[in-house]
Parts: sequence; C-alpha cells; structure tokens
Amino acid sequence: AMEDVSAKFVSQKISRTRWRPLPAAALQPPDLFATGSWDNEDNRISIWSAGDLGNAGLNGEYHGEPHLLCDIQHNGDVMDMQFLDQERIVVASSTGTVTIFRHHQNNQTLSVNHRWEKAHYHVDQDTSCGGAACTGVVCNNPEIVTVGEDGRINLFRADQKDAVRTIDNADSSTLHAVTFLRTTEILTVNSIGQLKIWDFRQQRNEPSQIFSLAGDRVPLHCVDRHPNQQHIVATGGQDGMLSIWDIRQGTMPVSLLNAHEAEMWEVHFHPSDPDHLFTCSEDGSLWHWDTSTNVSEKPSFLRQGGRSTAYLSHSTINQSVVSAWLSNDPTKDRMEITNLIPNQTLSVNSLDVLGPCLVYGTDAEAIYVNRQLFA
Amino acid sequence: DTVPPQVVPGADPSTRQLCFAWGPAEVLVCETLFGRAGGSRYRCLSRSPSPLRFWSEGRAGAAARTLTGSVAGTGQGTPSSTRVFVVRRDQDIYIQTLRKLFNESHGIFMGLQRSEEELAGKSRKAQLVQVSKNYRSVIRACMEDMHQAAVSARDPALQGQYSTQVSILSAMELIWNLCEILFVEAAAAGPLLLRLLDWVRLHVCDVDSMVREVLSSESPSKHKLFWNVVDVFVLQGRMDEARHLLSKEASANPTSMNMYKILDDLMKKMPVPSLGNTQTLTELELKWQHWHEECQRYLQDGTFASNPHMESICKILLGDEDAILEKKELMTTWYHFLVTRLLYSHPTVKPLELRFYAQSSMDLFLGGESSPEPLDMILMAAFEFEMHQVIKECSIVLSNWWFVAHLTDLLDHCKLLQSHNLYFGSNMREFLLLEYASGLFSHHSLWQLGVDYFDHCPEYGRVYLELHIERIPLSTEQKALKVLRICEQRQMHEQVRSICKIMAMKALRNNRLGSALSWSIRAKDAAFATLISDRFLKDYCERGCFSDLDLIDNLGPSMLLSDRLTFLGKYREFHRLYGEKRFPEAARLLLTLMTAHIAPCSFWMTLLTDALPLLEQKEVIFSAEQTYELMRCLEDLTAGNPDKQKFQDDDDETTKVEMLRLALARNLARVIVKEGTVEGS
Repeated sequence: AMEDVSAKFVSQKISRTRWRPLPAAALQPPDLFATGSWDNEDNRISIWSAGDLGNAGLNGEYHGEPHLLCDIQHNGDVMDMQFLDQERIVVASSTGTVTIFRHHQNNQTLSVNHRWEKAHYHVDQDTSCGGAACTGVVCNNPEIVTVGEDGRINLFRADQKDAVRTIDNADSSTLHAVTFLRTTEILTVNSIGQLKIWDFRQQRNEPSQIFSLAGDRVPLHCVDRHPNQQHIVATGGQDGMLSIWDIRQGTMPVSLLNAHEAEMWEVHFHPSDPDHLFTCSEDGSLWHWDTSTNVSEKPSFLRQGGRSTAYLSHSTINQSVVSAWLSNDPTKDRMEITNLIPNQTLSVNSLDVLGPCLVYGTDAEAIYVNRQLFA
Repeated sequence: DTVPPQVVPGADPSTRQLCFAWGPAEVLVCETLFGRAGGSRYRCLSRSPSPLRFWSEGRAGAAARTLTGSVAGTGQGTPSSTRVFVVRRDQDIYIQTLRKLFNESHGIFMGLQRSEEELAGKSRKAQLVQVSKNYRSVIRACMEDMHQAAVSARDPALQGQYSTQVSILSAMELIWNLCEILFVEAAAAGPLLLRLLDWVRLHVCDVDSMVREVLSSESPSKHKLFWNVVDVFVLQGRMDEARHLLSKEASANPTSMNMYKILDDLMKKMPVPSLGNTQTLTELELKWQHWHEECQRYLQDGTFASNPHMESICKILLGDEDAILEKKELMTTWYHFLVTRLLYSHPTVKPLELRFYAQSSMDLFLGGESSPEPLDMILMAAFEFEMHQVIKECSIVLSNWWFVAHLTDLLDHCKLLQSHNLYFGSNMREFLLLEYASGLFSHHSLWQLGVDYFDHCPEYGRVYLELHIERIPLSTEQKALKVLRICEQRQMHEQVRSICKIMAMKALRNNRLGSALSWSIRAKDAAFATLISDRFLKDYCERGCFSDLDLIDNLGPSMLLSDRLTFLGKYREFHRLYGEKRFPEAARLLLTLMTAHIAPCSFWMTLLTDALPLLEQKEVIFSAEQTYELMRCLEDLTAGNPDKQKFQDDDDETTKVEMLRLALARNLARVIVKEGTVEGS
C-alpha cells in the first residue's frame, strides 16, 4: 500500500516524529504530529497537520501532503521528544537542556513553557560549556524522566522548577533511551548492551535489576514496553537486532531476532494492537512485525482504518500475543515481517504509530505519513 | 579560459596584504598585518581600485561569507583585519529551498546507479528516459516552491533572490528537457519534431496569460488579442485549439464562412508525424507534399485575400519565414522560431540536420540586434550535439554543480560519454560528481548525501571520502555513530580508529571512563584500552574502591582486548570473591595474577598487600606451596627492583615488606602444622 503514503521534503534532517496523543474518547484517527530536526545550523520543532481529511475519497483513500502549522527554533540537535499531554511537548537537546514547548492551537504558535538548562552535563553544571547530550525522555504526566550521555537520570515534574530526583553516575556508559515500566519504575538501555530497571521508591542510587546481552556487549539504542503485558520488553541494538525480554525471568533476552543491517533507532509496539511492532534503522528501512496468527481474525478497525469501536477489545487479542512475542522460536508462530520502505538509502531516525497511522522521518530530509497502515 | 572575476566584498588588498588557505571546498581569505610596502606584486593582481578580485578556475559561482568575530589578526590591526572571508565554490548548496532538490534527486541518482544495465535496447532506453523525467519533475517541484516563496516574501531583496532562483531553475529544466529529447531519448526523425513541439509548449509560457485572458473573456472573438491567440496556437502547432477558436469567429461572420471552412479544412488535414510505426517517413513526406501544394493553391488564388489574418496564417502553414518572423513577439525566443519553422517546412528533420536550422534560426531571429546569451549558446551546443560543450558552458554559467553532475551522470549511463577522458586521470562524470559531493560535504547538514556520490566514483571517490569524513565535527555520540557506520561499512579502518579515539578521548576528559572504554572496545584499540584500565586502577589505588562497577563486572569477551583490561577484570573478580567470602578461590586467583604475569609488576605490591588479610584469617587459606610462591613473588619484587635504594629509603614500603614476610612466615608455620596434621591423621 505504498500509494497511501504521502511524503514531504522539509529541508531539514528529521530526528524525531511524534503523533499528538488523542483525547481519551476519540474515535478519529490522529491528525497532528510534531517533528524535531538535528544537525542543522538552525534546528526546529515543527507541528504538522497530517493533511486535510476533507480530501478523503469515497473509499477512504487519502490524498494531500502534510502541511506545516507552526514551528519554533530549538537550541541544539533534537535528541528525543515526547508529548506530555495534548498541548505540551518535552524535548531533549544535545546541549543537555530539556524544554517543554506549548502548542497554542487557537493561533497556531509554539512557545517555551518551561526549560531545565543543562539537565545533563559533564563535570560541572555551572561552567559555560560542559553540557552533555540528553539522549532520551519519557513522560507520564506530570512526571518526566530524562537520561543522557553523562549517565545521569533525572526525574522532573512539569510544574516544579528543580529536579525531583537525580541519580548522578547512574550508568558508567551512555544511556541511550528510557521508558516507563510502571508508574514508579523505569527501564533504561545503555551502550554496553544492558537493560536496567530503576525503582524511584528505593532511595539507593542503583538499579533494582540488570539484564544484559550475552557475548559481545552490543550497544542498545531503543526500548519499548508491551502496552498491556508489562513484563514483555523490546529493545533494538547497534547491530540492528531486535531483542525481546521477559523481565520476570532470567537476565538475558528471550529471543534475538535478526532485523536491520545497522543501528535500530526506534522500536514501538502498536499502542492499541500490540501484536504489531515497528522498528526503523540507520540502514534506511522500516519494518512492520506482525505476530497476529490469523490474518482474518484481525480486529475490524485495523482493516479499514475507520472509526469502529474495536479500540477497547484488547483482552481477546492479547492471549495469543503473549505466546507469540515470548516464543523461543518465532518462525513457528508465523511472524510476518514487511519492510515498508523498499528503496530508501538514508537513515530512518524515528517513527510513531497511533491508530491506523504511521509517521516517520529521515536523514534524507523527508517526512512520510501512512494513514492506512493495515489496509 | 578565465571567467569573470568574483569580488569578495570588504576584503581590501590595496591597504593590506591578504593570505589564503585552501580547503577542499572553500578558501579562507584574510588580511594580514603586513602593510602595502613590499607588496608590488599584489598591485598587479588588482589593477582596479579596491576590492579583491577572485578567480575561481572554470566557474563563476564563488560566494563570499564574512565570519565576523573570527580571529585573523592581533590588536595592532585595524578592525577590518579581524575578519576572515570564506569563499565557497558551490553557492547554491546554501539555499534552503534547494535542499529539497538535493535530497530528492539523491534518491533518483541512487536508483539510477542500482538500475539494471542488462535491460536491453528499448526497455533500457525507456528506463533512462523515465529517470530523466524524474529529475525534471524534481526541478519543477522545486521551482514551484521557490515561486511560492517569492510570492509570499515581504522583503523585496529576498523576493528578488527567489525570482532569480526561479529563472535559474527554469533555465535548468529547459536545457535538461532538450538534452533528454536529443541525447537520452535520441528521438528519430518524425517523433523528434513532436518532442520539440512539446518542449516549446512547456517552456514558452510568456503568452500563457494572454491566452487565458482571451479564452476567459465573454466573447473571445471580439477580444482585441483574439488573432494573437490564434497565431500562438498555430505557431505552436496546437491545431485543435486554433480551430476551436476560429470556429467561434466563423459563426460570428456568416459571410466569410467559406473562407473559414477552407482554412479549417487545411489545418485539419495537415499531416503530422506519428509516434507509432503506422506510417513511414516517405509516406509522411508524400502526404505533406500534397497538403503543401494545396495550401499553395489557395494562397495563390487569393482565397484569403480579404482577410489579412487568415492570409498570414496560410503563409505560416506554408512555412513562409517572413510571415513567421512577423510574429516574433508571440514566439519570444529563437528556439520557438526554430521549431515553428521546422514544423511547417521540414517536419521530417533528422537529428543531425538540426544544427543548420538552429544556427540560421538564431541568426534570423536575433537579426544582429542582440548578441546571444549564455543560455542561447548552451541550447545551440545541444542542437549541434556537442554534449561536452553543453556541460562545459553549464558549469561556467550555473552557480551550482548539481545540474552538470547529475546530467553528466545520466548521459554517462546512456553510454554517450565514454571516450572522453580528462587529463587528471578520471573521466568527466567522476570529476563533476566529486565536485558536487565535495560541496555537499562542506555543508553543515548535507554531508550525508555526499557519501553515496563518492561511493559511485570508482577512481578517486574513496580518497575524497576519507579526506572529507575526517572533517565532520562529532558533536554528539549519535552523530559519531552515524559517521562511524559510514566508515565501517566501507572498511575505512584508519578513520574508524580515529573517530573512536576522538570519542574515547572526549569521554576520558569528561571523566566518563565507561564510555571511553566502550569506544576503544569498538575500535579494538588495545593501547587505549590499556590507558583507560590504568586510569581505573589508579582511581582504585587512590580511593580504595572501584568506580563504574556496572561496566567492569560486565566486560565479557571484550576483556581480552588488552592485557591490562584482562587484569582489571580479573582483579575486580578477586574483590568480588573476597567480598563473597569465597577465600580459597580468591587466594588462588590472586596468586595466578602474579605467577601468570597478568598483573603489571608495578601492581604486585598492591596485590601482595591484598594477600595480607587472607594470611591473617583464622582458617588457613594459602597452602604451603602457594605460600612459597607468594614468598618468591615478594623476593622477586624486592630483588628485581633495579632501584633497590628506593625501597630502603621508603619507610612505609620497608614496613610493608617486613609485615608481609612476617605474615608469610606465620602462615607457612600454620600450614605446615595443618598439612602435617591432616597427613598424620
């Protein structure tokens, strides 16, 4: 379904793309997304409209490219980005600064809502240089957790000036990504192939659990947790390998799946249909991993990208998923894998999935929107 | 040939001498502290009053950017002497809107390199024509964006800039399209004319607004420009549209109905070349001859005498040069005139005959009133099938390498440029690609695109890439990883080592020993791993505890990278065993570290000191044999030390050695008793 993809060249290398979250009761597909750029002299945070829904044809096919609603200058490379709520976006910068931007929808502008200067730093926070890149951010409104090249973990609250908790030297190597495991626990991955669990209820500054890859300690670049089965965790590594972990048992991944030929930059379970997983890589590919065992049993909303009410019917799906992701022999369970970008050459740095929609951005300075992911 | 010099604004060689530093894609120019005194040579360089004139060989697009604040002189100089000028060779690289062109065309370029050469004859040609069309549609899309930008720009200067870019892009597309027809598709007699007509219709848009105005008016035939529009259609061979308009006029003038009918019939019957193979050229020529004679008859018997407009159209149909030239304003360019002339006098023109008609059309059209512009010369060279001339002229005139690099590459894939080797050992395609890619590499963000272009330059691409990739600033680890990936994929070991070393040094400076170590492990840099291990051990000796345990405990197979790293890992393991009260295992490991010479000699005293608490345990841990070995280690250390005096001078060390000897002796006594007892019982 390549025809359903609309592309736009934006004259800046895109490091992050994120759908704006939908309100709880929404039945519409997402319509707004944010992007961040990197390696420009002038980096920007931009808000895009995915396109005019009025243009949708009779069969629901979609035309029109994304168009820019507003943008704002950002100091340093955008390393990571996450919506805090419908209006606020938290952005991690290569300068070590963490910024909350507010998107004013009435007049389509962006402004700085709050800023933690040099939340990540080397040696001394007060010297003029010495900022360390903030590599990852994750939000659970009002809480914000950031990690960085300085091996530091910060816990902020959107409404508080100072960090609620800082773990200096939490990791002796670079922390590449972070995600929430439960409300008080986070998962981090680092450059020596480790996956760590941190519990903010504990006062000591050490991880509550350490998992690691066997053999060569291949750096891990991204991590995501199964939205319903919290013990299932997916990570992506420098060698492009996808690892699935069961954090209830063992210290090593349950399965290692060969995927990309270079760094896997992002991995995302589909938030409402987690037997689908998406990964993107430096090698310019974007993979769709489908473990739904029987194609005809797909929930109806996925087939037509429409507005059915099937969003709530997870419980029936999940039983099969558990065995699919945690199986030691994924081939037996008919995992269907599709590369969504056949001829791309430059890195796909970021992707985001929500409902039937996929958005991704590349080093070839283009953003792509696919509104009929499962058509 | 030299091209017109470029002026670097602000640089003034009349008051100060200038110095230069050449980079791969740019030149730094700055004023020195030296006065004009001995500088007579420079006076010759710029006879004109002041600013520095800058010759860049073979091209005109040098742009100057002033970096104020950069230091190039000291306090003695005037304020202007603290300026460094950056003169760049590829100016257009820095135009924001054109980044779309660079990125999108990169994809097409890569597709072309991947495309299958095995495809035979026709399908290969169709493939190449499609590639050419894709390139043109990117130029067009870019042109539209630029046009939008010009329309919405408030600043007149900016607006002017955008408009200039629009006309440059438009010229590029015009040239490319002609090259596509003549070289890529290599249209044969017959279809050639149809292609040229399309080309003219697409690019001569000055009359479009007039056509729109007349067609949208209430009664087109009453409009004062009505006949102009009919003429435009006829000149461009748009017969159906012309006839449609004429029919409106006819219905308004019942008296001259017959005249209209005849003209309409002539226009309808005009034979045109077909794209398929339905008729041979001879058939066409025969039909055309008949039709021509028919037109001639009507003109001669004065059928259209009462209406000068229709008479002139009939003359145009007959290919009357003077009648066509009268409509000069409606054609606007000599190449439109050329195509109209061919349409009505030589519809079966062969490619190689084009040059004669082109030259005479240009001469006739310009009529000595104006001299040809660079664009005219380029198109003329194309009509003359002088491909190299086209590329050369474009290189000189255009302010970017994008156009010539991509066009040349395409022509090379059409196997049209093979014979042409340049004096420096590589061919023209490669030369131009290298220039273009070097420009990309000088850009803050576009450098990634350059990599793939270098990859497809078999002769010098590798060397260029090696030189350029080292100049990419490694601002974050993420960026370093991307650069590293490029080098690793191409087995550029030297660069891999250097990038890892830079990153390891950075990490070390920031006291991030763990990161430093993972960078040196990635580069398999044993020496650096040793250096970092020593830092860990030094920290341990100073603080009495290890930092970065999470890393040292998880070294895995990378521990084997350097001896010192192995020692670090093993030594930490000793501490772990000791902490877990697994004393016999700890003791065995400690001894092995010395006897197997894993530990550096400088560390032996520390190890022996670590043995002290083990020797003092209630349980006997070291066996007799092990104790002897420990004793030998201690004696080797004290005896083997070349600077014996040092030990004796150092009270601490002496005490330590004494304590060790005592502890060893006591342990030996205990173990002899113990072992004797065990054996005895």
